[in-house]
Amino acid sequence: MPVDGFMYPNEIELQWSVLIVVYPFVTGLVAGAFILASLERIFHVTAVKPTYRLALLTALSFLLVAPLPLQLHLGRPERSLEMYLTPHTTSAMAMFGFVYLWYLMAVILLEIWLEFRQEIVLLSQSSTGAKRLLYRALTLGSSNISEGALRVDDRVGWVVTLIGIPSAFLLHGYVGFIFGSVKANPWWSSPLMPVVFIFSAMVSGIAVVLLLYMATSKMRHQPIDMRCVDTIAQYLLYTFIIDFGLEMLDLIHRIYEADESFRSLDFMMHTKLFFSQIVLQIALGTIVPILTLGAIQVFHVPEKMRRLAYAVCGCLTIIGIFAMRWNVVIGGQLFSKSFLGYTTYKVDLISREGELIAAGLLILPFLILTVLVKVLPPWPKAEASSAD
Amino acid sequence: MITRRKLIVLLPAAALAWKYVLAGTPETAPNYNRSEHWWGMLLDIDKCIGCGSCVRACSAENNVPEGYFRTWVERYHIADWQQETPQVDSPDGAINGFPPSKFEGGKNFFVPKMCNHCVDSPCTQVCPVGATLHTPDGVVLVDETYCLGCRYCIQACPYGCRFLHPTKHTAEKCSLCYHRITKGLTTACCESCPTGARQLADLKNPNDPIHEFLKTHSVQVLKPHLATGAKVFYHDLDGSVR
Repeated sequence: MPVDGFMYPNEIELQWSVLIVVYPFVTGLVAGAFILASLERIFHVTAVKPTYRLALLTALSFLLVAPLPLQLHLGRPERSLEMYLTPHTTSAMAMFGFVYLWYLMAVILLEIWLEFRQEIVLLSQSSTGAKRLLYRALTLGSSNISEGALRVDDRVGWVVTLIGIPSAFLLHGYVGFIFGSVKANPWWSSPLMPVVFIFSAMVSGIAVVLLLYMATSKMRHQPIDMRCVDTIAQYLLYTFIIDFGLEMLDLIHRIYEADESFRSLDFMMHTKLFFSQIVLQIALGTIVPILTLGAIQVFHVPEKMRRLAYAVCGCLTIIGIFAMRWNVVIGGQLFSKSFLGYTTYKVDLISREGELIAAGLLILPFLILTVLVKVLPPWPKAEASSAD
Repeated sequence: MITRRKLIVLLPAAALAWKYVLAGTPETAPNYNRSEHWWGMLLDIDKCIGCGSCVRACSAENNVPEGYFRTWVERYHIADWQQETPQVDSPDGAINGFPPSKFEGGKNFFVPKMCNHCVDSPCTQVCPVGATLHTPDGVVLVDETYCLGCRYCIQACPYGCRFLHPTKHTAEKCSLCYHRITKGLTTACCESCPTGARQLADLKNPNDPIHEFLKTHSVQVLKPHLATGAKVFYHDLDGSVR
């Protein structure tokens, strides 16, 4: 029996599936990866420079996948363009298309193009055949790579990044607002939700770039720049502390206030969400990484151990943030709005909104990234030429 | 006396009229002016006997798919002072009524539920394309030819009144039998209620008995703290009902 207690009869079936868990997870990685990239560009944190281009390409790879779970989830996907053509101005969701397009076209694609333009032009001149055609197309007809032109690129790129930071906040804060503004659902309804989403996005984005940088260095047989990963780990720790602080503030507020929904939410945390929330999200996905990263700041830990710790913390962080998205999206639908009962979510393996599709959508950005790094190698120039 | 000649004329006319007899509705209501009406409903808890006639009538009238409900009836049992933890059931939305209660004593009553046709409806607010809309006469409707099936409205409804139609894949809910009330009829649920527990109310019509009832009785709406402007009024609603 999937129902304990009483649910309104139309509530027994969950409306938002695992695909809607994937959606904020993926957009969070986009926003987080971009904010990490902006550290170097805007805040001149030169230590993280080796990850700058990789972070940009990572953000693009995930951004290209971000609308897919939504599209697959729609009951009438053939009508999705109506959101662009006749958006309903009072709807937070109606803004998705515009926020997404703005971020894709005006921020990520523009910044990547400006950053890689010099290489694109050079490759369009040195390569042959189809490759030459590809790179010539990518130049968009702009083949001037004089010093003056590159200076302009750099200046414009800086401005784009500057606009990109609030845009990244907008992209993911908006996703949080979609949930936070649903007054019918006390698990979601919170003004803290967009802020928590932004900080958890930064945490997950930083972690994924950290892991990707270490993995790609290993695969390319290049030494890992320890100054770089130590700095990224530091930023991961700081962001994590803010994120955890906000989440705990939300939790303590709920416990102390104990309004009419509290009994339901408390019951869920002790039963249906115990593993995903207490074990995965809070214990393994947050406290363990924070303590480990904190210990590395305090104690002298050998390089090899640090690398291992960063890899483990990165993986735990990603799992923890995915669990957080799960607990928000699925958790918010497991209890009745009557607060008198609970339902169960059973995810199918093979269906349009099943596990296989969700897993595919999580793997797809890495495949896109593999292609992107082949087309636009993000590795430092000196290293790329020494590898040649 | 009907002659053979008259019968030849009458039979095709009767055949034409039969279509409307079967449909149970007049052809059109050309005089219906939407700005002259503001629809709501009165649900009288004291009169509801939990027979499920309204659920069956709604299901038949609106082709509601099995397992989903535009309206349903809940049965409450409160043993003593435990207002916050009532025992509630609604087997199959009460489409077949209720089996005998397993509880003895205490306070027992039935609560019909349906879309509250809220003035400030959260479902309308969140719809990304405006497929959920307010009609000028105060009814919240879904345009199924326009709905994306994103289900944001289902999440936003505090009363659990919406569902995704399993074959149309669009949002669905009580339409207050809009196809009937705009032709001068009442809703299917009101018409089928044997005790008059459900009464369609035209809040703009000064002669509607709802005005006298609201002035002289204790009425409440569901979840008033959410300020949705619900227009389904409950007479003698118990504080335990959510």
